[in-house]
Amino acid sequence: MASDTISITVEFTGGLELLFGNKKKHTVSLPGASKTKNPDITFLVNHLCENLMQDSRRELFVLDGGVRPGILVLINDADWELEGEEKYELQSGDHVLFVSTLHGG
Amino acid sequence: MAEDPTNIDTEQKWPLDPEEYKRYGRQLIMPEIGLQGQLNLKSSSVLIVGVGGLGCPAAAYLAGAGVGKIGLVDGDTVEKSNLHRQILHSTATVGMSKVESAIKYLTSLNPTVKYVPHIAHVSTETTLDLFTPYDLVLDCTDTPASRYLISDTCVLLGKPLISASALRIDGQLMILNYPPLPPGNSKGGPCYRCFFPKPPSPESVTSCGEGGILGPVVGVMGVLQALEAIKLICAGINSEEPVESRDRPILHIFSGRPGATSPFQFRAIPFRGRKSNCAVCSSFATITKESLTSGSLDYQKFCGILNPVTALRAEERVSVEDFAESISKPMTEVRSAKRTDSRKYTVVDVREKVQFELGNLPGSINIPYSELCHVTRSDNVSMSAQKESSKDGQPTPAWVTTLSKTSPDASIYVICRLGNDSQLAVQKMKEYGLGKGSERFIADIKGGFSSWREMVDPTFPDY
Ligand SMILES: [Zn+2]
Repeated sequence: MASDTISITVEFTGGLELLFGNKKKHTVSLPGASKTKNPDITFLVNHLCENLMQDSRRELFVLDGGVRPGILVLINDADWELEGEEKYELQSGDHVLFVSTLHGG
Repeated sequence: MAEDPTNIDTEQKWPLDPEEYKRYGRQLIMPEIGLQGQLNLKSSSVLIVGVGGLGCPAAAYLAGAGVGKIGLVDGDTVEKSNLHRQILHSTATVGMSKVESAIKYLTSLNPTVKYVPHIAHVSTETTLDLFTPYDLVLDCTDTPASRYLISDTCVLLGKPLISASALRIDGQLMILNYPPLPPGNSKGGPCYRCFFPKPPSPESVTSCGEGGILGPVVGVMGVLQALEAIKLICAGINSEEPVESRDRPILHIFSGRPGATSPFQFRAIPFRGRKSNCAVCSSFATITKESLTSGSLDYQKFCGILNPVTALRAEERVSVEDFAESISKPMTEVRSAKRTDSRKYTVVDVREKVQFELGNLPGSINIPYSELCHVTRSDNVSMSAQKESSKDGQPTPAWVTTLSKTSPDASIYVICRLGNDSQLAVQKMKEYGLGKGSERFIADIKGGFSSWREMVDPTFPDY
């Protein structure tokens, strides 16, 4: 049974931090599941847009409900595609890193 | 029977030339290089695509280390704004092609290396032929379109690719398609498309010209590309022997910003192998040598083209010449002034503060575009923004309050660097009702400071 809220660490890099008050690391409390399911990555991305993002240009972070192309999502320093993509259910203490790819050279 | 040592041809007796033992002596005595490593370097060929902030340091170290052949690809010419980071170019080579400028420097550094110039940007018609003669490719370019094209070409030709990028104070590095096994072989290393199947929208891509770049940061990334290239070549590019870094692909992230325990940070993030449905390296690949050369793939179109902003109607825009004329009139000429202290106009400069401080128009006020896009969160509302609330209960941004205090009949002119953000800023101002119906004239200045410098004040700082 999931607890009422779960606390995770969210980190932004590659310029994404500029959309979140120019702060790289955030502690985020998410409402835990009342039934059997913990909040997933899709929930987190939406939650970040609604509650943490300090820029009106949402398109720089999301597209069609998921993170926009060019952003990698890493859960506990591993490639999130290994974890079941946006359906990965977050656990208390998880570390989620959003990396925006850079293009300059 | 002992031969007279003076009669022996030194070229046959020793694998390297006498000059080479001296030149490469400091790396030759390292077990990581040794004689075999040096011979590998000498017989290897590396193609460096992009001779900018990454390509310059990478090329310098690879030439210095004695790579046999180095190809250099770039269609640009050297500009003054390149020199703080592109270390092969100099004040004297401004205006010269980057490839020629680089070869001039590299030849004086190590004349024994063969340098092959390719003075052009990579294109679908040329990449296959261009990359074929090389063992290894370094992606030192600066656009998504070139990154996809270079990666696809490397997969189709079975070449390992060392890809790096940098912006502001951050850098990233990946070794792609390594081991360079044929498409469909899941043991091969992932490609750029495995990481990024879909390109970022052009609006979300920030260039060094827009975001800025610190020389040593991009330099670190270029130097790391050279280091990884040397390691790969010395280990034998096509060797089947496992190398530590081959086990799992890694995304390396560098930040010049202080971390918890260090003044800068390196981070290594292990990644999966090839994506099972990758468009180029999987068994379901749709991109082939034929589709590349047939011209059916348009990488520019795939990545999207950033069109100039056209958010405003013609009557909401003024030219720099008209703007210059209207602000040159003395204040007393204001005919419709209802109040004696009213200003006829307010100039709002929406460039970021650091740019505003480089040079601005007298009397202009700075409201950075990022502030116009700032969303105030209920749990961290600043004191200044809390004072007033608009109709829908949302706190009124401080900048709206500031502009509301100007005389309602004073026009607002909005200026930025190039004339894109200024249009979006005018829209935002109108959304907040600053146009007072249509009583107040709010317009953007076409072409921003770029046009201002060209048409009105050539001394305005050009950065
Ligand atoms: Zn791939």
